[in-house]
Parts: sequence; C-alpha cells; structure tokens
Amino acid sequence: MSDESGPQRDDLHEESDAQVPVKGAVPEGESEPDADTKPESLTGPAPDVASGGTEADTLTAEVARVEPTAEVIATRRGMFGAAGTGDTSGYGLLARTIEFPAPSSPPYGGWWDSVYERIGELVPDYSDVITAVVVHRGEITFHVAPEHLPMLVRLLRDDAHLRFELCSGVSGVHYPQDKGRELHAVYHLQSMTHNRRIRLEVSVPDSDPHLPSIVATYPTADWHERETYDMFGIIFDGHPALTRILMPDDWPGYPQRKDYPLGGVPVEYKGATVPPPDQRRSYH
Amino acid sequence: MTDVLNDPTQVGEDPYGASAGADAAEGRVYTVTGQDWDSLVADQAERGDERIVVNMGPQHPSTHGVLRLILELEGESVIEARCGIGYLHTGIEKNMEYRTWTQGVTFCTRMDYLAPLHNETTYCLGVERLLDITDQIPEKANVLRVLMLELNRISSHLVCIATGGMEIGALTVMTIGFREREKVLDAFELITGLRMNHAYIRPGGVAQDLPEGALDQLRDLVRWMRKHLPEYAAFCNENPIFKGRLADVGRLDLAGCLALGVTGPPLRATGYDWDLRKKQPYCGYETYDFEVQTWDTADAYGRFRIRLNEMWESLKIVEQCIARLEKMQGSPIMIGNKKIAWPAQLSVGSDGMGNSNEHLKHIMGESMEALIHHFKLVTEGFRVPPGQAYVPIESPRGELGAHVISDGGTRPFRAHFRDPSFTNLQAMPAMCEGGMVSDVVVAVASLDPVMGGVDR
Repeated sequence: MSDESGPQRDDLHEESDAQVPVKGAVPEGESEPDADTKPESLTGPAPDVASGGTEADTLTAEVARVEPTAEVIATRRGMFGAAGTGDTSGYGLLARTIEFPAPSSPPYGGWWDSVYERIGELVPDYSDVITAVVVHRGEITFHVAPEHLPMLVRLLRDDAHLRFELCSGVSGVHYPQDKGRELHAVYHLQSMTHNRRIRLEVSVPDSDPHLPSIVATYPTADWHERETYDMFGIIFDGHPALTRILMPDDWPGYPQRKDYPLGGVPVEYKGATVPPPDQRRSYH
Repeated sequence: MTDVLNDPTQVGEDPYGASAGADAAEGRVYTVTGQDWDSLVADQAERGDERIVVNMGPQHPSTHGVLRLILELEGESVIEARCGIGYLHTGIEKNMEYRTWTQGVTFCTRMDYLAPLHNETTYCLGVERLLDITDQIPEKANVLRVLMLELNRISSHLVCIATGGMEIGALTVMTIGFREREKVLDAFELITGLRMNHAYIRPGGVAQDLPEGALDQLRDLVRWMRKHLPEYAAFCNENPIFKGRLADVGRLDLAGCLALGVTGPPLRATGYDWDLRKKQPYCGYETYDFEVQTWDTADAYGRFRIRLNEMWESLKIVEQCIARLEKMQGSPIMIGNKKIAWPAQLSVGSDGMGNSNEHLKHIMGESMEALIHHFKLVTEGFRVPPGQAYVPIESPRGELGAHVISDGGTRPFRAHFRDPSFTNLQAMPAMCEGGMVSDVVVAVASLDPVMGGVDR
C-alpha cells in the first residue's frame, strides 16, 4: 500500500534554510549557565561569537561555507500523509519528501556555542572530526567521523569546560537507504558539572561496519556496545569482549536491522497465514 | 571448535564447552554451562583446589528474575563475577517499529514492569518533543502524570525493599512491603483500569480522567502510607542483623558510579544529589516541593535508606498533586489538537470499562466526519515529523530515557530505551568481587535490577 517507489535516497539537495528549527532551539532545563543568549540570535550574528577571537572566527567561517542541506531519507508516494494539495484521491501522484532536520550553522545560542567553540579550540582539524552539527527540538547533535571518536570523547569527558562525565549509552540505528553510511551509533553524553546534554552520532557503511570502541573512556559503554553489536552488527574495535548480550550466542543475523526477516504466524484456518508485520498493510 | 554446531559427529557434545586442547595452552578452562551438582563436586574433589565456578541463576530465587550470575569462587570468596542476561529479551523495541506511535505505549510499559508508568512517560515525552507539543500538554495531564509517577516510585521502592529483605531473611519486610504495594496497585487499578502495564500515559496527555471517588481513595492511600511507612524504619533502620548484612556491602563510590554509568539511588548513596526531577525538570516537577535524598556511605545500607526516604518525598508530592487535582475537576487531560489527541473515550458501564456511549452515539449517529476522524487516527495514527529526541526521566532505578527516532511516518522508526537496570547491572562485578557469596545477593538487591527492563 505504501511506498510504491520504495525508499530511495534522492539527490535533491534542497535549499532549506527555512527548515532550520528556530522554534525549539531553546535549551531546556533551569540551570542554563548563560541563558541570556536568546534563540533569536539564530537569525542574526551574535555579538559574543564575533568577539570570540580569531580561532573561533575562522571556525565559524569554515562551517558556514558548507551549505546546510537537509538529509532526504525517503520519498513516499500515495495519498497517505500527503498534505498541501486538495487532492486526496491518490491519482495525483502525491509525493512526500521525508527530510531529516538540516545541519545548522553557528551561532546556535546558549551554551551550545561555548561547547562548540571549546571543541574547536581543543581539536585542530575541527571539520574533519565533526562533520555536521544539527540543532533540532532543543537538542544538539554532533556528527562525528568514526576514526576521531575515541579522541573526541576523551576530550569531552576530561576538559574542565566540557566535563561530560556520564555516557547514557549507545543506541544503534539502521538507515538502509542512507547509502554508504547505513549504520549509525548514537551516544548521549551528560555533563553533570554543567548540566548539559549533547548527542554524538557516528555512521559507518554496512559493508565495513567497524567503529572504534569508547569503553576505554566510558566503561559504561561496555554493555551498550555489546547490545548495539548484538542488534545491528556494528563491530566496536577495541572493545574488551564484544559478544552477543541479549540474543543467544549462536543467533544468526542482527535482529534490529531493518532488513532482518520477520516471521509470520501460521494460522490453522483454511491454510491462511498471518504475514510478517513488515508485509502487512500499513499507512506509513 | 568452529564447526561443532554443524558437524554430525559432534552431536550431543556441548558446543560452548571448552575444547579438549584448551587445557594445555592456558591452564584449566572453567566452563559455565549447566552441570549436575554431583559431577561438579566430583571434579572439585579431583582437582583439590578451592576454586569453583557456580552458576547462580537464571532460576535462582534471589537473583531478581531471570538474572544469571556466573561466580568464580575460592572457598566462599568471589574471585570473579559476571552477569548473563538476555533470558527475558522480548524484542519490544523491534515490535514498536511496527505499531503506531500511540500503540508503542502499550509495548514499552511492559519493559520495566515495576515502573511501567515511567517507561510510558519517557517515551511520550520523547514523542511530544518531536511533535513540538511539549508546552501544549494540559496542566491536569501533567499533574496526573506526576501523581502516577510518584505513586509508581513508591510501589517500585516497596518491591525493592520487600524482595531485598526477603533475600536476607527479613520475611516480615517482604510481607508488609507487598501489603503496601497492593494499596498502590489498587489505586492504579481504579485510575487506569489495570494493576500493571497500564498504557495510561499517552502522547498528548493521559488516557482518561480520574474516576469518581479516586481522590478520596488517594487520600486514604496517603493516610495508610503515613501510618505504615514508619514500620520499615522501625524494623530495619537500627536492626543489628539488617545493618550487619547491608552496611559496607556492595560499595561503589562516586567515581565508580560515573564510570559505570550508575544512576539513581546507588549514585545518590555516594552523597551526590543527582536527580533529574530537580536537575532537568519535566512534567512540571519544578513546581513541587520535595527534597532529593542522599546518603554518604555508598553501600547497600545507604541505598536502602535513600529508598525509604524517597518514598516519604514521593508521598509529599502525591499530596500536592491531590491538592491541585481538587481544583482541576473537569479540566482537559488530553491535548486540544484533535489531529493528535486519541479520539476514543472510555467509560465504566454495567459490564466494566468500555467505549463511552456518548462518543459512540456521536460518531455513529451524528457526525460522519467524526467517524472518519476517529477511524483514521485509530487505525492509521498521527504522523511525527522526522528527527530524534531523548528525554530522560528519573525512574526509581535511575536515568531512564527513550531515544525515539521518527522518519515522518505513523510509526517509530526506532525506539531505544536506556534502561537504568541494564546499565546499573554492569556494576555488579565491581561491587561483588573480593566479597563473600552471601554479599552478592545483597549487592544485586541494592541495585534493584528489573530483568524486564534489562532485557527488553
């Protein structure tokens, strides 16, 4: 019923400045250290960044040159969910482009800028390490190049201006249509000293699913990485004992991947069977 | 070794057992498969040393569900301890990807079955952030959520204290703990219709308003608790046997907690007042008067005292909620946006709870559009804009968070739960190694792992 054309990654690099979410850009929580920077500063240059020293200036310029493009993850056709025209018949080839929030450029507002700038001061080749920064719904996501992840998390944990002491865990995500970087690992880091939370996102191709482990920095990631390996098949190099944790040791395949086959339940009624959930009718 | 599973000549051999050649290379290999106790003892006698590998669980009564502890013992001392988990893995996260956003609540409520409302809340807060409706949730829905969360915290801590007491032989603590918990579950049943697995907290609000007489029953419950909670303190706080079993057992200091990601009562037992209800308030927690409880011993006894004190604080919050709810009769409990709010209405009829007759009359007899709207929302569900969100809350066991990702569809693209039981359980070896076998039970009980949450 849905997705007649199948999920495809379009090469539509649309201009999407308007999609930079301004509305939800206020960091939440009562203890914002410098909450006087209002989210309105997203629309214009903030004075504190301009006066932030030459290093920060070049950084800002570097990132600003990269055109923010939303990540198109699918184009869906059909009447379900389509909006914007009055045609609900389904014959109009209604198409819906599914875009993830576009990367934003600095200034981000609030403490986000100070974290961003501090990382810039500590990391010499900033744009190699952090490939994009996405601010969406009051949360900030740093997309990190896999090879630099252990170095970055060590800095994030130990630097006095950052102090992300607690890693809340690793969460795997499988984007089959995101060619060349199908498997994502998402880390949530919490700074208890400054009461800030950031998200790191790392992606690897399905064909070579190797990521460096961060257990050396955050021992708590041990089981989380094992779970991500168990469910997604991401291999964390340097993990002390990367084995399955929830599934049995001899389980074939990685169940949380989107292409993992799902079972249907045979029903004893005139030979009918219930199809697997991914093949049932859906209105996605 | 690699092809043991497929090799027909190897049928009957244990695929996970040590291979014959392993002895030579690295000394004796201890395997952790299930064994007959007699053969274990015979092996031990033959070997002549005191070292022995014992599987505690997964069916051991004092491992809090199907937790398997693999203990390497030297006499009665634990040399090495490892956890085997996964016996209760039910693929809830995967299942949620094939249900609508609202139906997801009924799945995640079953994860940490002692704190179902906390699972629901963190998931719903994530969905609401993605929908960007966090500030449109009606006041009454937030008060009801806080009320239910705190009642749930009391019932969860009661189970922890009760089962923890039972495991060290304090059976009265167990019986009175479940007696009090039953009162809380009665209140849950009155308000949500179910004792567990409520699916009460929904994206946009809560499933239904307080029924008739609920506030009276809640006031009775508070009175009951005020009367009976002191019993735990009287039984345990200064009980020399209780203190002897718990004090200085399962120590984990602040650095250890943070390295291992341990949150909740074990973290607060180190003296650090980290509580997300205060640090990153959600559902309006900043407007309630309560204290974060800490202790400074970093051991099992401190965790027990924190849980005891937290129940009193929760009771304070519950009373404030009752006072607010008295003034909110008739206020909405679901978001006003009809594109998100669940259209179906429930009411109690002569044969139990079911669809409200008024709502049925409206959609079947009065408004075709209302019927279509109801049908579309219930079968198809609402769409959530693409993106990801993570809104952790303070569950009875620590930081519980749902990482929800939407691809713009009517179902979660991915929902991952950071469960505190799962993370805290990693600290078991750090707390147990070098101690006595008997202290393993106490240490694990002080972490209060719930296997439904660990394995999901």
